[in-house]
Amino acid sequence: MMDVVTVPPFESFYAEHREAVFGLLARRLGRGRAEDAFQETFLRALRAYPRLEHGRHLRAWVLTIAERIAIDEYRRPNNTSAHEHMELGLEAPPEPQAAYAALADLTDRLPPTERAAVVLRYGYDLPYDQIGRALGSSEEAARQAASSGVRRLRREGAR
Amino acid sequence: MNTVTPELDRRFRDAAAAAGLLDVAYDVVDSPLGPLLVAVSERGLCKIAFDPDGQLEPLARSYGRRVLRSARPVDPVRRQLDEYFEGTRHEFELPLDLTVGEFYAQVLGELARVPYGETTTYGALAARTGHPKGARAIGTVMHNNPVPIVLPCHRVIGSNGSLTGYGGGLPAKRFLLELERGGTLF
Repeated sequence: MMDVVTVPPFESFYAEHREAVFGLLARRLGRGRAEDAFQETFLRALRAYPRLEHGRHLRAWVLTIAERIAIDEYRRPNNTSAHEHMELGLEAPPEPQAAYAALADLTDRLPPTERAAVVLRYGYDLPYDQIGRALGSSEEAARQAASSGVRRLRREGAR
Repeated sequence: MNTVTPELDRRFRDAAAAAGLLDVAYDVVDSPLGPLLVAVSERGLCKIAFDPDGQLEPLARSYGRRVLRSARPVDPVRRQLDEYFEGTRHEFELPLDLTVGEFYAQVLGELARVPYGETTTYGALAARTGHPKGARAIGTVMHNNPVPIVLPCHRVIGSNGSLTGYGGGLPAKRFLLELERGGTLF
């Protein structure tokens, strides 16, 4: 039997996940551009919020939105993220990744947790313990979600 | 540190309201009676609560789950409450957006007509709404008044002159009646 988890008031959802969303965006885009992307992520979440059917996997859901917005930012021509990073003396962010954008498209139909695990692992190269934390679960659960996501993609690809 | 700054947080809350994406915006407003939770929709004032805790779930059930703390939409209510507590405002000019049934709407409509600085009784209000024996039912409506202060349930007292009860506590009721009499406070 499946538990019905009601969708919480948006305030509770926002308070619970805003730091994880900002952390992800700041790592991808640098602090400056992460601020706009942060606002866009939660505005997009607000637009979709009335259509949510249950309150499970909300962290995976919102991280997936954030990740998609980060991809859009990368695709924009005036990408100054790498430059900002150098100016700040930080490690340069990964190259704009066509492969990683393609991965996001490819995984569109996976269940939210599996999708987030696959994208965070293979798109962002995050270690499983960090993915576990981002998804609000454990390292082992993140590993399992990623591997079942990959299996599902293989099955679908074989069809 | 990669944390959400108060500026970024406020920017998002402003943007969410400005984009018209909220079912309910709320804020916690300081008052002489302590912090008040004030909630508004785009149609009007939904809720004033003496206890800010535990209000979000009921608001989400009645108005929709996009309930977010956002200061700006609450500003007109905040301003009028400030004026009221300073004694310079005797009537509120605020549209209301209440999710109450017919009986409540009727009783609260009568309540709204009790003038500043005056009191009435539960029995008199019952008679005016056509339920002369319904003083107790009127008491229940007053107790569940979604927007106390603005709809002046503090102006309704027992027929023997006792204050009877108040959602914000009897000292709050006494305070409001004193304020409206123009008396010196404390």
